[in-house]
Amino acid sequence: MDEARNSRSRISRRGSSRHGSGARLWLAGGWLLLALLAAIFAPLVAPQDPLAQDLMFERLPPFWMSGSEPGFWLGTDSLGRDLLSRLIFGARIAFIVAFAAALAACLVGSTLGLISGYFGGWADRIISRIVDVWMAFPPVLFAILLVAVLGTGLSSVIIAIAVIDWTRFCRVIRAESMGQARMDYVENARIAGYGRIGIMLREVLPNVVPSIMALLSLEMGIAVIVEAILSFVNLSISTDDPTWGGIIAEGRLSIHQAWWVLVFPLVTLILTVLSFSQFGEGLKARFDPVLR
Amino acid sequence: MLLQRFLIRLLTMAITLFGVAVVVFVVIRVAPGDPIAMMLPPGASDADIARLRAFYGLDKTVVEQFFIWLSGVIRGDFGTSISLRQDVLGLVFNRLPATLELAIVVLLMALAIGGTTAILGARERGTAVEAGIDIASGAALSIPDFLWGLVLILLFGVLVPILDISGRVSPQLDLPFVTQFYLFESLVRLRFDLTKDLLGHMLMPAVALALPLAAIISQLLKQSLKEVLDLDYVVLARVKGFSETQVILREALKNAALPTLTLVGVQFTFLIGGTVIIERLFSYEGLGNMAIDAVINRDLPLIQGIVLVFALLFVLINLTVDMMYALLNPRLRHG
Repeated sequence: MDEARNSRSRISRRGSSRHGSGARLWLAGGWLLLALLAAIFAPLVAPQDPLAQDLMFERLPPFWMSGSEPGFWLGTDSLGRDLLSRLIFGARIAFIVAFAAALAACLVGSTLGLISGYFGGWADRIISRIVDVWMAFPPVLFAILLVAVLGTGLSSVIIAIAVIDWTRFCRVIRAESMGQARMDYVENARIAGYGRIGIMLREVLPNVVPSIMALLSLEMGIAVIVEAILSFVNLSISTDDPTWGGIIAEGRLSIHQAWWVLVFPLVTLILTVLSFSQFGEGLKARFDPVLR
Repeated sequence: MLLQRFLIRLLTMAITLFGVAVVVFVVIRVAPGDPIAMMLPPGASDADIARLRAFYGLDKTVVEQFFIWLSGVIRGDFGTSISLRQDVLGLVFNRLPATLELAIVVLLMALAIGGTTAILGARERGTAVEAGIDIASGAALSIPDFLWGLVLILLFGVLVPILDISGRVSPQLDLPFVTQFYLFESLVRLRFDLTKDLLGHMLMPAVALALPLAAIISQLLKQSLKEVLDLDYVVLARVKGFSETQVILREALKNAALPTLTLVGVQFTFLIGGTVIIERLFSYEGLGNMAIDAVINRDLPLIQGIVLVFALLFVLINLTVDMMYALLNPRLRHG
């Protein structure tokens, strides 16, 4: 009876995730594609120069409010810079950090996780202990510390995020490859004469790829947030280039005079983060062989 | 058995802390930029610089500096803050209570919200109520605390300005406190006017941190409750005529709570880390806010002290959760 109930609940769970994954993938993917295209073609789509200050136009409200000016769709900040253009150019930094940091963290974390989970023994013990030490750091503080040490700049931000977040990949992939290592097919491959590294790469790795993809997408969202947090405490790329976190920091200061400077980057960030995590979940639901 | 488990945990704890100390020390020492140069007025003589470097031990090798610092830490001496020129341990103890109070309020809040929605969702399983709870917890979980903090500032600081968006307590108030545990002390002294002011400042940062945690608790507890609710002994209780709410509260909750407990512990450690940016966002005078200032000022001894205290909290919480789990889980208790 227990068995029957378990399999039934598993089926229903599978059914619901299959059902929801399509719409989720499209909505989340759609927003990400839109933001990505805006980032790539920023100079073409941005209505204004994101750095151009105009004290005649400071703190203009968004287009539907009285006092707005044509051409400044989402209003301007306290220096008269166009908010929409700044958000579009800010997407560049956000996506560069998201892709680079998440890929780097994924590469390091998944490799170590795979080794740790598949080989076990001493490798596992050492890697697990390092992960334990890493987890004992408050991540935000660690990120700020690393950027302060490395010096501000795009590559520092990317390195800091990768250095902190590889453990996320390591823990999940370790657990998954540990489970895979006990499967019959791994034993069969061994009997068939494959070497251990060959089995790890050809048999175990493909089975943990769906999890890696989901984590990768999730991590991109996290990287965007961490970059925003670093910009917020004024420790990110430290140039005049607009960043979402930097705009939020400005918005926080002029919150009582110009709420839109905080609201629009906030909405953009929330949509982007939600999309990255939903996109990952959707991908996993679609490609996971067990769920499929 | 339990004692052995405890001792092993204690040993790994010490190793973890040592690892953290090494990593922080190495990371900070490779930092470019001279903290001494930032403390002195321009035009300070070389002799002055050398004297100050010697005072902070910066003229020795990195390995020597590490062991000097470590032996100090073991004796309870964390050194002197470079930017604030005060004893690091004193500074940390001065700020830690504010962060601890915030974390405890967050934990209680998350348990209350998460527990209630989990019980409600389990009772109304399969209905629109459960679906609503799932959507709400999904949203709460996907949006990080930093963004929740900003959303709350907009909602209750600007749109409907009913809460304070910065600080720990209104500055014009006369505080009779002798400890830094303001909230606790205001309750003990029956100064509920101060409690109200403190909570008014704490509410938004606390909710921002509590929402994702509450969502995790809610999801996991609801799942375990639903599994337990199908077991024979629960069915028996239902046959005996208990209402569904009674069945959940009296029979199911006890057994479903165990997996949630472990997770709450792990998440609580993340929460302690999350206080760093939330304190900054709301200008709440806790340890995390001081940590960011310390990093910006390159205050090496202070950074080391704060990070080590955070790491200590992390391992202590893990240890507590592990021990509670061992005590509560009958299989481990008798094993």
